[in-house]
Amino acid sequence: MMKDMIPGFDLFQPTEIESALELLDRFGEDGWALAGGYDSLDWFKNRGKHPEAVIDLQGLTGLNGILEGPNGVEIGALTTLTEIEHNSIIRERFGLLAEAASKVASPQIRNAGTLGGNLCQDARCWYYRYGVSCYRAGGNTCYASAPDALNREHALFGVNRCVAVTPSDTAVALVTLDAEMVIRNSGGERIVNAEDFFMKPSADITRMTVLEAGDLLTAIRIPNTWAGADFYFEKVTDRNSWDFALVSVASAIKNSADQIDDARIVCGAVQCIPRRLENVEVMIRGRVRNENTAAQAGALAVQEAEPLNYNHFKIPLMENLVKRAVRG
Amino acid sequence: MSDTDAFEPVQTARALSSAVGHSDTAVIMSETKPEWSRRNFIKGVIASGVTVSGAVYFGPALTRPNLLSAQGVERLVALNINGQTRRVDVLPGETLAMTLRYKLGLTGTKLGCDRGECGACTVIISGTTHYSCSTLTQRVRDREITTVEGLESPDGKLHPVQQAFIDELGPQCGFCTPGQVMSAVALLEANPNPTRSEARIAMSGNLCRCGAYDHYLNGVMRAAEESQNG
Ligand SMILES: Cc1cc2nc3c(=O)[nH]c(=O)nc-3n(C[C@H](O)[C@H](O)[C@H](O)COP(=O)(O)OP(=O)(O)OC[C@H]3O[C@@H](n4cnc5c(N)ncnc54)[C@H](O)[C@@H]3O)c2cc1C
Ligand code: SF4
Ligand code: FES
Ligand code: FES
Repeated sequence: MMKDMIPGFDLFQPTEIESALELLDRFGEDGWALAGGYDSLDWFKNRGKHPEAVIDLQGLTGLNGILEGPNGVEIGALTTLTEIEHNSIIRERFGLLAEAASKVASPQIRNAGTLGGNLCQDARCWYYRYGVSCYRAGGNTCYASAPDALNREHALFGVNRCVAVTPSDTAVALVTLDAEMVIRNSGGERIVNAEDFFMKPSADITRMTVLEAGDLLTAIRIPNTWAGADFYFEKVTDRNSWDFALVSVASAIKNSADQIDDARIVCGAVQCIPRRLENVEVMIRGRVRNENTAAQAGALAVQEAEPLNYNHFKIPLMENLVKRAVRG
Repeated sequence: MSDTDAFEPVQTARALSSAVGHSDTAVIMSETKPEWSRRNFIKGVIASGVTVSGAVYFGPALTRPNLLSAQGVERLVALNINGQTRRVDVLPGETLAMTLRYKLGLTGTKLGCDRGECGACTVIISGTTHYSCSTLTQRVRDREITTVEGLESPDGKLHPVQQAFIDELGPQCGFCTPGQVMSAVALLEANPNPTRSEARIAMSGNLCRCGAYDHYLNGVMRAAEESQNG
């Protein structure tokens, strides 16, 4: 059991966001923001990360809850996944997010895991989590793409040295909904589109999001753009509970008189960031929503896939999921 | 604490408060840190109204007597467990499962994976289920915690869920049972009359290596039925 004692850190429990931001500044790379803890504690227990100061966000005022305004909905970053799953506004207007949240991990994890933490969680590549010095950890090799590597969970697209995939189910839904991320640091606030929030390895291989030391994600805004659209979410996993997606799909489609007016389709677990299928969206716009359109959409979605040793199965999986999302 | 005790760090804090000014922040220290700059910083934080606890207790307390006296809260915390107040000494990085099992002797809560992947450590915190292996004790100081030990009534009568699990032959090896019980109890408190599929979802964060899932589900449904009738 002793190996599982978490090594020492100082725990700060501010109630005002200004204090949290100042603490994060103060400690820089030695500081760690703690939300639900379901990514953090694993890192601490495995000795993968050892912050000097942990800044507990739980008590911060104003970062929790769901507000409806004239332009859409704002969700505090500390809102739990369970709250999102059951919230009536989210269910009625952005059911896609409620559905995605309900598919994360297990009930106990959703009861504590926050939307902010789910979006900011680190890569789930098992080599990286084991603590090897791979590219993502600052080294100069990728163990998951070595010739004999076990990489059935890894990427089909957008590979640049690292072949890890986005682990977050809610990220896929929020990119589909054109959400905006509200980020604060001691210098002020900035807004980043969900699509630009996640970091490609070609841009910075050591970070999963645009957040830097000192930044806090404070809220997620969902504009009215896709409210009440025709949504589809499906996540395929090895087990029905606890598992990260092998492939997931989220879509929002607006139809009129039997034709598709507009669409957003995003896949999870096939690239390091949620993969928006813009070419498919363009192709199906103006088309009749039927089996034929769906089949073409599926085929187009996987056209540029580049499988690794053990993840060829993800290609037909993704093709079928996109097909189902378009068929509705 | 007396005014005299508090006097010196308050002065320190005044000097630092313009730079720090976290009158809202609780600090729980893991150990005594020698560096003066950080120490003063933390002192400042603390004296401006913060709380501290942790290994300060084990450290050379006399080298920083004001740290403990200035902030009001120490690493000795009062937890509300099964309706009782339990005072216990808690490190900042200590999980609730550790505190329950190894400091309070409440070994009914099991540790399986210690990574949020099995559910053996499930407890109820303010009405919802949580993995105690993945919950820092310092974050639940003001919450109501219920463990499997807190379910039977004072006369020794088992909770309806416990009884139903026995009647439906739920446990095989029994290791996952306390966690399964806690998930079922929380479900029935929120939703006394669940459908089988609602119950299945509520129980989906509890792994059973013996594969007794259907027995447990039967138990949940029986407990719901018997609570309705009773
Ligand atoms: C066994 C298991 C299975 C899981 N399965 C799934 C799954 O199927 N799908 C899925 O999507 N996820 C899954 N997860 C992850 C889970 O959803 C967690 O909820 C999520 O990783 C982190 O949320 P948290 O609030 O617990 O974050 P924390 O662990 O507290 O934080 C995660 C990271 O984000 C940072 N962070 C948190 N909040 C903020 C903020 N507001 N601003 C800036 N940085 C912040 C933290 O510093 C940390 O680096 C699983 C986790 C476990 C342990
Ligand atoms: S896939 Fe990325 S995280 Fe995994 S070993 Fe390769 S570089 Fe590291
Ligand atoms: S011991 Fe906590 S989930 Fe396994
Ligand atoms: S009864 Fe043995 S693990 Fe569930």
